[in-house]
Amino acid sequence: MRFLNRSAGRLSRHRRGPVAGLAVLLLGLLVSGGLYAALSPSSSASSTASDEQLVKEGRELFLVGCAFCHGQNGEGQTDVNGKLIGPSLVGVGAAAVDFQVGTGRMPLAAPGQQGPAKPQTYNDDEIAALAAYVASLGPGPAIPTEADYSTTGLTDEEKQAAVVRGGQIFLTNCTACHNFTGEGGAMPRGGYAPRILDTSPKHIYEAMLTGPGPMDNFSNGNLSPEEKRDVIAYIQSMRDQPGFGGFSLGALGPVSEGLFAWIVGLGVCVAFAVWIAAHTTRSTKKKESQA
Amino acid sequence: MSAPTSHEPGHEPGHEPINATTDALLPDPGLPGHVWRPTDVDERAEKRAERQVATLFGLSAICTVLFVVSYITIKGGVDGHTFIGLGASNVALGVSLGLALLFIGIGVIQWARKLMGDHEISEERHPASSSEADRSQTLAALNAGLEESGIGRRPLVRNTLLGSVALLIAPAVVMLRDLGPLPHQVVGEYPGAGLEHTIWNKGMRVVRDVVGTPIKASDIQIGDLFNAEPEALFPTEENGYPELEGAHRQIAKSKAAIVMLRMDPADIVSDVTRNWSVNGIVAYSKICTHVGCPISLNERTTHHLLCPCHQSTFDLADSGKVVFGPAGRHLPQLPLGVDDEGYLIALSDFLEPVGPSYWERNTKSPEEVAKELKS
Repeated sequence: MRFLNRSAGRLSRHRRGPVAGLAVLLLGLLVSGGLYAALSPSSSASSTASDEQLVKEGRELFLVGCAFCHGQNGEGQTDVNGKLIGPSLVGVGAAAVDFQVGTGRMPLAAPGQQGPAKPQTYNDDEIAALAAYVASLGPGPAIPTEADYSTTGLTDEEKQAAVVRGGQIFLTNCTACHNFTGEGGAMPRGGYAPRILDTSPKHIYEAMLTGPGPMDNFSNGNLSPEEKRDVIAYIQSMRDQPGFGGFSLGALGPVSEGLFAWIVGLGVCVAFAVWIAAHTTRSTKKKESQA
Repeated sequence: MSAPTSHEPGHEPGHEPINATTDALLPDPGLPGHVWRPTDVDERAEKRAERQVATLFGLSAICTVLFVVSYITIKGGVDGHTFIGLGASNVALGVSLGLALLFIGIGVIQWARKLMGDHEISEERHPASSSEADRSQTLAALNAGLEESGIGRRPLVRNTLLGSVALLIAPAVVMLRDLGPLPHQVVGEYPGAGLEHTIWNKGMRVVRDVVGTPIKASDIQIGDLFNAEPEALFPTEENGYPELEGAHRQIAKSKAAIVMLRMDPADIVSDVTRNWSVNGIVAYSKICTHVGCPISLNERTTHHLLCPCHQSTFDLADSGKVVFGPAGRHLPQLPLGVDDEGYLIALSDFLEPVGPSYWERNTKSPEEVAKELKS
C-alpha cells in the first residue's frame, strides 16, 4: 500500500488521498478486464445472449428451408396417406443437424430412397444456427469437438494401438454395410451405404452418434468416445494405404471385378487375338521362280 | 465305310462332281491362285520382318531383366514404394513379366505370319471305328472266353463272385461314416460342444465383441446395434471363466456370436420376441440359417437384418422370421435378462441349433420353441 501511495504521490502531493492507490489499482483491473471482455471470443455473460440470438436465427432459417417437410416446430410431417414426409427432429440433437446439413444431405434436392451427399447449401454460421435451434427442441447429442476425434495428443505408439483397435472395431461393426475398404455398398430397396473414406472425422463421429437414415446408432453407451476415435483413426489410416492389389474398381468385390475380368480382360485378349491373326498383307508381285 | 475319293481332271482333290450337266455349264472354278506375301517376293521385306521378330524377342529379354531388377530394387510391403496410389513393386513386377510374355507371343505370331511357309494344307479325316476284321476277331475272342470259363453253366461260381464284389461296398460305407460325427453326436468335452448347443448359458453376461466389455441395459439408446459375444470368450480373473484355446475357442466364438439391438418396444410384433427382450433390446444369433454367413447388415428403420451372401432377410421385430431370400428357418433368438448390477445377461442357451440347416434339425416355429423353454 505504501508503495502504491508513493508512486501516486509523485504527481502531486495534494491529490493524494487515503484510498487513491486502491482506486488506481481498481481502475487498472477494470480497464484490463473490460478490454479482455471486449476482445475475447466468448464469455459467459455474452454467450447466453448470443445463444438465444443463434436459436432465433436458426428458427428463421428453419421456417424457410426445413419446415416444409419437418413441420413448423420440427415435429415431423406425414402426407394424407400417412406416409412420412419428414421425421420429427425433437431430440435428434445438434450433431444430427451438423451431419445432415454439413454433408449437404439436407435440404433434400428431391424426395427419394436416400439423400445423397452434395456440396453444402448453408454456410457454417447458418449450420451452427440451425443446429442450435434443433438442439433447443429437445435434448440430443451435441456436436463433437476436435478433442473427441483427434489423435494429435497421443504418442506414435498410442496412435498405432488406436489404429489397430479401431480396425478391429471397424471390421466387426462397420464392414457389413460400408465394406472392408470403407467404399460402401448396396442396401435394400435401392439404398446404399456411402463411401466413408473422404468423410471428415467430425462427420464420421456424428454419423456414429446419430445413425443417419437407416444406419444403426453407435451412441456413447455402445462405442465409447475413445473407441469411436480409434475407428476414425483407422478409417484415416485406410486413406493412406496404397492399393497393393492394383486398382480397386470401387472395391465392390466379385461383381465389379468379375465384370472387368470377363468383359475387359477376356475381351481385350479375344480382340487382340482376332486382330493379330487377321488381314495378312498380300503382294501383287509373283515369286521370281514363278514369274 | 471309307468315303470314295475321286481325282478327276479339272477338280481339286475333295471336290466331287454332283451333277454332270450343271458342272458342264458352270465348271467348278477351284481354289483361287495363290497370292504371295511381300516377305515371299521381296528380299528386303523378308530381312525387315526377320529384324522385327528378333526385336520383339529382344524386348522380351529386356522386360525379363527389368523384372529381376525391379524385384531386387523396388521395396514392397506396407512401407514400400508407391506409384500413383498403387504398390510400386506389384505394378513393376506385373507389367514387366506380362510384357516379357506378350512380346514372345507377338514375336512368334509375326514369325509364323511373315516368314514361315505360306501354303494351304488339308488333312483328310479317317473313320473312327476299327476295321471289320478287327471287330469280328475281338468278338470271337470274347465269346471263346465266355464259353471256356463256363460262367453260364456254373451259377454257383457266378453268384458267389457277384456277392463278394457287392459286399466290397461295406468297407467304403464304414469308412465314410467314420469321417465325422452324426449331427446329434457330441464329440469332445468343452463348453458348448456339439451342433445343438453354444457356450451361452443362464446368467452369462453379454459383452461387446473385440473389446469384451459388459453392456449396461440403461446405456443403450433406441437404434443402437451391438455385435456381441458371451463373456466366457473374454476370460479375466474377475469373471473367472476358464481360458479357451485353439479350435475350441474358434468354434465357441463362431457359434455364440450375436447381434443385439434396441428398438422401440412398440415396434415389436411377436409375443416371443417381446418376452425375450429387455426394454426393446433383442438379441439374435449372428449366423445365417441358410449357409452360415455372419450377418450384421441391419436397417434401423425396418428392423430387417440382411445377409450379404444370398440376401436372406430376417425380421428382428418378429422372432427373426424370414421375409426374403433362400433361408429356410427363422434366426434363433437369445432370451435376454438383466443381472443385479444392471448388465445384460442371457436367460438360457439358444433353444435351437444356430447356424445353417441340416436334415436332422427340426423346423419349429418360434412359438413352439418358446413353449419348450417354459416346460
